[in-house]
Amino acid sequence: MERAVQIVVDALSVGSLYALTALGIGLIFGVMRLINFAHGELITMAAYALLFLFGLPVPVMLCGALGVAIVLALLTERVAFRPLRNADPTTLLISSFAVSFFLQRLLILVVGSRLKGLDFLPELGREIRLFGIRLQVLQLATIVVGLVLLVALTWFLKATRLGLHMRAAAEDFRMARVLGVRANRVIAVAFALSGILAAAVSCLIVVQTGVVQPRMGLQLVIIAFVGTVIGGLGSLPGAALGGFLVGAVSILLQALLPPQLRAFREAFVFIAVAVVLLFRPQGLIPARGLRERI
Amino acid sequence: MSAGVPLLAVSGLVVRYGAVTAVRGIDLEVDEGEIASIVGPNGAGKTSLLSAVAGILVPAAGTVTFAGRPLRGIALEDVVAQGIALVPEGRHVFAGLTVNENLLLGAAIRRDAGAVAADMERFFAMFPILGARRHQPAGQLSGGEQQQLAIARALLSRPRLLMLDEPSLGLAPTVVDQVYALLCTLRAQGITILLVEQNAARVFGISDRAYVMSGGEFTLSGGAAAIRDDPRFDAAYFGVHMSEAAGGR
Repeated sequence: MERAVQIVVDALSVGSLYALTALGIGLIFGVMRLINFAHGELITMAAYALLFLFGLPVPVMLCGALGVAIVLALLTERVAFRPLRNADPTTLLISSFAVSFFLQRLLILVVGSRLKGLDFLPELGREIRLFGIRLQVLQLATIVVGLVLLVALTWFLKATRLGLHMRAAAEDFRMARVLGVRANRVIAVAFALSGILAAAVSCLIVVQTGVVQPRMGLQLVIIAFVGTVIGGLGSLPGAALGGFLVGAVSILLQALLPPQLRAFREAFVFIAVAVVLLFRPQGLIPARGLRERI
Repeated sequence: MSAGVPLLAVSGLVVRYGAVTAVRGIDLEVDEGEIASIVGPNGAGKTSLLSAVAGILVPAAGTVTFAGRPLRGIALEDVVAQGIALVPEGRHVFAGLTVNENLLLGAAIRRDAGAVAADMERFFAMFPILGARRHQPAGQLSGGEQQQLAIARALLSRPRLLMLDEPSLGLAPTVVDQVYALLCTLRAQGITILLVEQNAARVFGISDRAYVMSGGEFTLSGGAAAIRDDPRFDAAYFGVHMSEAAGGR
């Protein structure tokens, strides 16, 4: 019983991490039709911000990570994506790879490729007893952070003027502009939000793994991207669901597969992805707005 | 019509898509408070012309002047703040957003939330079906209801000029009559209307001024009543250029 609950909590927490990462990718895809692989470097850079600010009060470190991710997100939009706004989606994709590689190599050049230990918020590594079951505080915290950000993002999109403009832009950007929705503002806000999500994921990952290395973000983003695809590219509920499922299923497989097959866990995840896409090629929650435009 | 400055003046407008020229040097004037219509067959360049005025397309040559001010260099999202609203071909309502949200987007440039809410109530009274379905996704509306929504959404920016691209497309004849009756009501309220249609007969009934467009050019222009009775209309519609336009200008 205790083991089962622990596995479920583990799956929920890893699922939340991937859901947050997939949401960050999905937000940008929604308004720009850009699959932003450089989202991974937002996560990585925020982690290095924690490393460099280590020793300062925790709120300062958190604000530093948040600030770095947001500023970097806005900067990449301004420098790498805005000039290509009307370009083919493939061109945008390649530009995002370029940004991703550039930032990774830059980090390796400046701080080296070795991973560095970072004992951030060790209190979260403790275990507590809840209804007689031992659970890791970090996993509970990850689930709570995931839920809070999900609710906050939903509120922003549903209840604010800017959120409405973003949803309209995601469905039919040109018509939204005809009505006076400001393209630059909507896209900048989407990037800033993706920066916030990246910073949250970054902090949680650093606490969990205790290390920082230049490729940490890319690995997350590739799996999360698979999540946005099975959820339905362009659909935010789809991204959250798809990211969550990919993370949760891989943990469940890890726990439930016979030990000699565990090494092939990823293969099973991708078989599951292939099966989903076979039956729902548009994803679990298909997006609107990928159709004709004026 | 009037001796003053026209509300909308287009001069020498050329629109190109790569090597294809869709609009070949168009001159057009719309006076404040009138309904002007452009009729012509599919592919005549009507939508390209409206798109250029709305800022969606950048013209290759020519000028668009609105209320005495040239629109050159104004970003697409700033055109509506000048007082120009577009109901595009195919309506383009946001299918996944509710009727309410679609209308709020029509007021994207406005900051007076109270007046916007009052305007929306007014449109719900004018279009009861929109009021009844205000919390439903716009994609669930019928074609005629979506057309009403697209017009109401455009009006929420409080435009001086309302441009409609084939609003009758795909609508039942009785619904088209309703839409046209609405346009006459709007004109009576002082809104200037530029209407593009393929079907000339119905349009001329409500228009003050008309242009016949074919092959990217105006082949006939003048007062709507005069053009309707002009024996050269059929030839103009199908692309024969009339050297002397019918009277009225």
